[in-house]
Amino acid sequence: MKKFILDLKILSNNRLNHNHNLLELTSDSPLPPMVPGQFAEVRVDGSATTFLRRPFSIHRIDKAANTMHLLIKSVGDGTRNISNLEKGALLNVMFPLGKGFTLKQNEEVLLVGGGCGVAPLYFLADQLHRKGNKVSVLIGGRSAGDILLANEYRSFGNVYISTEDGTLGEKGMVTSHSLLKPEKLPFSVIYCCGPDGMMKAVAHIAESRGIECEVSLENTMACGMGACLCCVVETHKGNQCVCTEGPVFNSRRLKGWTAEAEVGCSLDK
Amino acid sequence: MAGLEVKVHNLSLKNPVLTASGTFGYGEEFDDFIDVNALGGIIVKATTSRHRDGNPYPRMAETPMGMLNAVGLQNKGVDHFVDYIYPKLLKYNNCVIANVSDSTIEGYVEVAEKLNHLDHIRAIELNISCPNVKEGGMAFGTSCPSAIAVTRAVRKVYDKTLIVKLSPNVTSIAEIAVAVESAGADAISLINTLLGMAIDAEKRRPVLSTITGGLSGPAIKPVALRMVWQVSKAVKIPVIGIGGITTAVDAIEFMLAGASAIQVGTANFIDPTATVKIIAGIEDYMQRHGISDVKDLIGGLMV
Repeated sequence: MKKFILDLKILSNNRLNHNHNLLELTSDSPLPPMVPGQFAEVRVDGSATTFLRRPFSIHRIDKAANTMHLLIKSVGDGTRNISNLEKGALLNVMFPLGKGFTLKQNEEVLLVGGGCGVAPLYFLADQLHRKGNKVSVLIGGRSAGDILLANEYRSFGNVYISTEDGTLGEKGMVTSHSLLKPEKLPFSVIYCCGPDGMMKAVAHIAESRGIECEVSLENTMACGMGACLCCVVETHKGNQCVCTEGPVFNSRRLKGWTAEAEVGCSLDK
Repeated sequence: MAGLEVKVHNLSLKNPVLTASGTFGYGEEFDDFIDVNALGGIIVKATTSRHRDGNPYPRMAETPMGMLNAVGLQNKGVDHFVDYIYPKLLKYNNCVIANVSDSTIEGYVEVAEKLNHLDHIRAIELNISCPNVKEGGMAFGTSCPSAIAVTRAVRKVYDKTLIVKLSPNVTSIAEIAVAVESAGADAISLINTLLGMAIDAEKRRPVLSTITGGLSGPAIKPVALRMVWQVSKAVKIPVIGIGGITTAVDAIEFMLAGASAIQVGTANFIDPTATVKIIAGIEDYMQRHGISDVKDLIGGLMV
């Protein structure tokens, strides 16, 4: 898919909790075609300590309104800088990048998100819903305040929640949610995005039940377009760039991710 | 109309702006953003005699005004380059240059011999300066005898323009430059990355899997500029300047210091259109200063 660098205008900036913002962006020209799971590299202006662009999943697309949303987690000075931008400001965005999720049709699917790992799942749930799938969404976080945008998914299907401290939904890790307890799960695929430990544990569950699992990886990245070869992940076919071969991978392609993976899923990376 | 053409040995470049190896893939990664043919030339990702999987992740650390990398020459080897990558490079009608590295002199020679037969590869850049491989790479570029040995061996089998890319991780870069000139280099490019290190204090661990890595970006520009100036005074062959070039003014500074052409590296990662902006900016500078031929800038520093 053709990549673009555009100055997108911020239509709104909503603070979701103490360290997450949802930016709504638009352009004078029609936004390019994108698929769920792809990401954008955002240039950071005016931060003394940030040199490289920052990658963010494409969270939501509204073709009719010509808008796109990015979910920003403030981690350091660069991301804080982006989160503090006001309505009307311009954001230099390189997108759409990478390969997205495989979109099923007329099947039963599960989306699992941990923390800010829900970022690519809204766009995905929307598309899967449109393709006639029965969609379930399972969202995990440390505490109620970490569960982002859960209500937004209700128009696409059932939403399940777990928190480590039990302040919302079931108490415990996302992987110990009762939804995943039955030996036979109805899903043909589990789509997952969150901390590596959580994704590995979800991939392990999927594999043990004979279900496909697609995970969206986040590695330290420089260029975002396959030029620097910095963001590699070890696959059964050698080192591959997360930015161009991913960020979405079938978990079976990743070395050490399924049968031999350690199971554990704290939301601390 | 500004005259932007420069010569590096017998390469005619339509303008002095090239891309630094390892920052521009094989060109096609940038086709969506720029007309790659508008550049003076491209220097593609390093090729070694055999497939190399590169170093484990993490390979990158962001640093003030720059970054450290420890990619480790990941590539599929020269035979794959000849069979699968070379045909894709034929669409570029500007100067296509291959970057050659290895861990043994025999390996360098093997790659150079195989590339010598490819008409569309107009020159090779001998990478004796990669800090991210355990053996070879930078080891060849940090002593005069080994730099001479590898340059001489490749010179014997390579008939076209031979550029040698120098490491800044030496006491006297001018001495190494004079050594490779005497061994038959047609041009010198400098600098490769500076050996550096990043530590995650919270985890008390190195950031990179290899502990140390190569520093690039604007942070290294003053060092690179000084070295280009020293080397261009020490040798008669053309010098290509590299190191943190992000803007046209950066490029002009390197030319004033003695570079006949320049390479844009890390800047490509933040702005894939940096190269074409630099070309436009050089033209603008020439217009503002009433310079009709860009060659007049080369070594034009007034001291």
